[in-house]
Amino acid sequence: MAETLEIRWHGRGGQGTVTAAKVFADACLSGGRYVQAFPEYGPERSGAPLRAYNRVSSKELRMHCPVLKPNIVAVVDATLLDGIDVTEGAPDDAVFIVNSAKDPKELREKLKAKPTQRVLTVDATKIAIENIGRPLPNSPMVGVLAKVSGIVGLDMILEDVKKSFGKKFSQKIIDGNLEAVKRGYEEVREG
Amino acid sequence: MPKIVAVTGNEAVAEAFRQVNPDVCAAYPITPSTDLMQRFASFVNNGKVKTEIILVESEHSAMSACIGASAAGGRVITATSSQGLALMWEELFIASGTRLPIVLGLVNRALSAPLNIHGDHSDGMGARDCGWIQLWSENAQEAYDNTIQAFRIAEHMDIRLPAMTCMDGFIISHSIERMEYLDDEVVKNFAGEFRTVNPLLDIEHPVSYGPLILPDYYMEFRRAHAEVMSKVPEVVLSVAKDFEKISGRKYSLFETYRLEDAEIAFVILNSAAGTSKDVIDEFRNKGVKAGLLKPRLYRPFPYEEVGEALKHLKAVCVLDRADAFGASYGPLYIDIAASLYPYKEKPTLINKIYGLGGRDYLPEHAELVLNELAEVAKTGRVKTFKEYIGVRE
Repeated sequence: MAETLEIRWHGRGGQGTVTAAKVFADACLSGGRYVQAFPEYGPERSGAPLRAYNRVSSKELRMHCPVLKPNIVAVVDATLLDGIDVTEGAPDDAVFIVNSAKDPKELREKLKAKPTQRVLTVDATKIAIENIGRPLPNSPMVGVLAKVSGIVGLDMILEDVKKSFGKKFSQKIIDGNLEAVKRGYEEVREG
Repeated sequence: MPKIVAVTGNEAVAEAFRQVNPDVCAAYPITPSTDLMQRFASFVNNGKVKTEIILVESEHSAMSACIGASAAGGRVITATSSQGLALMWEELFIASGTRLPIVLGLVNRALSAPLNIHGDHSDGMGARDCGWIQLWSENAQEAYDNTIQAFRIAEHMDIRLPAMTCMDGFIISHSIERMEYLDDEVVKNFAGEFRTVNPLLDIEHPVSYGPLILPDYYMEFRRAHAEVMSKVPEVVLSVAKDFEKISGRKYSLFETYRLEDAEIAFVILNSAAGTSKDVIDEFRNKGVKAGLLKPRLYRPFPYEEVGEALKHLKAVCVLDRADAFGASYGPLYIDIAASLYPYKEKPTLINKIYGLGGRDYLPEHAELVLNELAEVAKTGRVKTFKEYIGVRE
């Protein structure tokens, strides 16, 4: 991991993207890490494109501006790829995680990713529908992020999802989300 | 044991308010401070704090109710932003002139028109001459720490003045960051019991508040206010010393960053100072002697101390996240210029207006300014003393 891991999320209002960034930040707190999670605020409308960011570092985080050179780009809604250049600012060793049923090779072409950049896909929406009953892809995406970033174990993420969902939701919803995180972790494909 | 958490600035200040456990809170929530008040109201509703919340119909009424409750003898808080603070304006003077130690959480936001809800210092700057104490904060940790210290400063028996703590709207208020919460008991003991001075509710000792003072004595009152203001820095420092004992975190009147041996420097408030520090480190690595001064106690402004800290530099850029229309320069610049005026040898001073209405302040902006400062330091020539940066031409 670079000294500071920077993540840019692309999602749509109502998909839980901001929650995903928050859950990931919370989970990364362990081990004395510094974390940030923040959305780019605009007129908040369900379905409108939005960005959210994470920074994780062993050093104090002082930068207070959007992530411009993301190490990881997480695309929660693949329909955004037609209208937004999600590769903007991504360095040569960036990792793209896209919520899609498609083969990662197909996505690699669509993104015009460089050979040095990694492209991963996971069918997070399908996992979410099967486990939570609703198309909220954030939990499987967090699972993928745990695997790709390598800075926080699956156990820690699961613990944190339990903690942050535990206050608001029923056991059934919590269990569904935990399973969704696990499946995201396991089912991600690279190409 | 302090608790490490990942929370927003609003959450952090609401937590500080809960830990201090004020008697009364009157507020009329406004973005981006809404979330702060909503969280505090949850604490009240869930019995986590004994505060009585007064629901009012406007910010003017909110500050009026705070004044009443404070004069009655209670420890009083509120929070607001932007137009909310603007609507409180006449009451702000009444709170300070009546020497009521109300603590206000200000989440800095731009003023209308055009309507904009984002981070900007125009609201706090508009209230800088209201006789309140102002503490500005770079991040959620500082906002939390400043809020806790604000009670001790405002309520100090030599001071008894209202205080507002400032943090950047959205950039800090709505961003989740790692920070440390102190234990409830530690904060409670630090803040101490609220001590009343001539409370209205002490009916055995009736007092009169808000009298008419004609030209025969008004000026003496104003001078007394100014004199009390001059005692604030010393109290801020002694409270900071006590706070360091419970938190391990050092606070002063302002923060200096790599300033001692610097040749060029920024003066900048709040969250943008953090971004600037990272860029300063990059320039230091290239051998450029850059530094930074970040005011914390902005009112009263510690002119002498700031002047001393900056006088050895070759070139300084004051970055303002607000403009003072018609005053030629931004509000912070004017204070820095006044701080340096008494010195014969002083740095060349330039002013940049940045980040209005939530416009991002990016590392590239800091780089641009540092490069310009290096040039000014070398040649002594200034292209322009004041300009807007990060703006479309």
